[in-house]
Amino acid sequence: MTTLRGKGVYGTIALGRISVFTRKEASVKRTHIDDIEAEKARLAAAKEKAVKQLQEIYNKALKEVGEANAQIFEIHMMMIEDEDYNDSISSIIETQSVNAEYAVAVTADNFAAMFAAMDDTYMQARSADVKDISNRIISCLSEEESESRSSDEKVIICADDLAPSETVQLDKEKVLAFVTAFGSSNSHTAILARNMNIPAIIGVGEELLNSVRNGDFAAVDGYTGEIFVDPDEETKSRLERKRTEDEEKKRLLQELKGKENITLDGTKVNIYANIGSVENIGAVLANDAGGIGLFRSEFLYLESSGYPTEEQQFAAYKRVLESMAGKKVIIRTLDIGADKQVDYFNLAKEENPALGYRAIRICLTRTEIFKTQLRALYRASAYGNLGIMFPMITSVSELEKILAICEEVRNELIADGIQISDKVELGIMIETPAAAIISDRLAPMVDFFSVGTNDLTQYTLACDRQNAAIEQFVDTHHEAILRLIEMSAKNAHANGAWIGICGELAADTSLTETFLRMGIDELSVSPSFVLKVRDAVRRCDLS
Amino acid sequence: MVSKVVTVVNAEGMHMRPAGIIAKLAKEHPDSEVIMKANGKDIKAKAVMQIMAAGIKKGTEVELVVTGGDEQAVLDEFVKLFEDGFGE
Repeated sequence: MTTLRGKGVYGTIALGRISVFTRKEASVKRTHIDDIEAEKARLAAAKEKAVKQLQEIYNKALKEVGEANAQIFEIHMMMIEDEDYNDSISSIIETQSVNAEYAVAVTADNFAAMFAAMDDTYMQARSADVKDISNRIISCLSEEESESRSSDEKVIICADDLAPSETVQLDKEKVLAFVTAFGSSNSHTAILARNMNIPAIIGVGEELLNSVRNGDFAAVDGYTGEIFVDPDEETKSRLERKRTEDEEKKRLLQELKGKENITLDGTKVNIYANIGSVENIGAVLANDAGGIGLFRSEFLYLESSGYPTEEQQFAAYKRVLESMAGKKVIIRTLDIGADKQVDYFNLAKEENPALGYRAIRICLTRTEIFKTQLRALYRASAYGNLGIMFPMITSVSELEKILAICEEVRNELIADGIQISDKVELGIMIETPAAAIISDRLAPMVDFFSVGTNDLTQYTLACDRQNAAIEQFVDTHHEAILRLIEMSAKNAHANGAWIGICGELAADTSLTETFLRMGIDELSVSPSFVLKVRDAVRRCDLS
Repeated sequence: MVSKVVTVVNAEGMHMRPAGIIAKLAKEHPDSEVIMKANGKDIKAKAVMQIMAAGIKKGTEVELVVTGGDEQAVLDEFVKLFEDGFGE
């Protein structure tokens, strides 16, 4: 058995045979031609054919993935007809008396390099689009149809990377999963795969194509990003079980979708989802979560090679808010440090990072970073129902400083005439024992609390949650933790604030009844646990 | 020749989709030459790759210059596209 790892961009499990996707490597030769006009006519015919193919792909994509996602192929058609691109090709043919294939390949390299050099990751990714259209023209010139990958068995497609047009052209009835050596979560492949509801793992690395052969049996876990080639019996049956559970979950989903989160005696609770990137929104909606209880904004910082700009952040927040269409979206401000490190922050190495310079402590000492994020958040607030949540609070004075900065940012935006929502809820994480103990003082200052049980457990029990040696001492149901949660809930309600739980404990259904009895108003869990918790809530009887 | 200065209002600037929309509109008016002046460059509205490569961000001022054909009507159409943020 060989185990490979990549980044799962779409969950679910697949077991089946591997089909290695090879494209006819457009190894373009440079040949001298005498009849330039004939060569240009050949190019024109190939372009016409390429556009026709794209039109067909566009029509297919329109049906399968919707207009917004199909549009890329319409733009590809325009790119093929782009004047500069064509001038470059023609001029290479004319001045060098070379074949059209070569002229297209050189032009593609030049244009791709131009995009790759731009200071914008989105535009950099467009160099793949230039190569995609150019390869299409070249294959039309060679009169080689891309081979139809027909086989009756459903297969796991392994490839170095898949161009958008290749993803769509595959007969998805015959695809079990996508596994690619390269690719980014920004690529159309990742986006299309999610829309097509096919498990996908990207970024496995070059070893992928050295480790798999056509016809190999493999198990793919889109949740963990693992690929087991030629799995042993144990792994195979484990994955089969996971797949069965998946199907069971799907069945549950069908039954519970659209139903209320209400106990047998009529108590209602909100069940929201925790997510860490814009791409998880599909899962939030698919699992019928009532909102987003914790959106970890760190991904913007982790995925970037420098501080994300206000515009980049604004675009991401806006997209989340708009996608959730008026449902609550609680975005937590930057929480790095401790186990989440970002190079360009240049944080010093610490003896005790969990007790160190992290989260709000960074924001309150490097306020320019904090203000940029708050400006982006408030600007995005006009596009939905936003809540802003601050992590790692331990004192009233910290919260006073935060609220003052929020007010300052708000006033600046209003003075600039930028439209912002006046209903933005502000809340804090209760994840330090200190915050829980003074929750009576903090509650009047905010709209909501959200209990982060992972850190609250680690700080209350003095147990490093990443130290496997002390696992037996970590009792997540410890009375001290439950008392702190209950105390926070009482103080929240006494001061007109609401309280949720967004740590892992929120999904622990053996505690659902306990939490509801404390008066917890919201449970925020991974999208895949929403229906499981809904099920637990609907079985509770608090009377 | 007619011209007007507009500001890019959509959050993500002139990325692929707006570039496609502009180029499409430009091609619907073959009699008019439409140039966008921004960031010190002259960009042909029908050249989708030029628009993308210009990397025009939100807040950038773009001077639209239309020459030939039904100049004012064509200019108005382009101005409206920018003002609507390309429907975003």
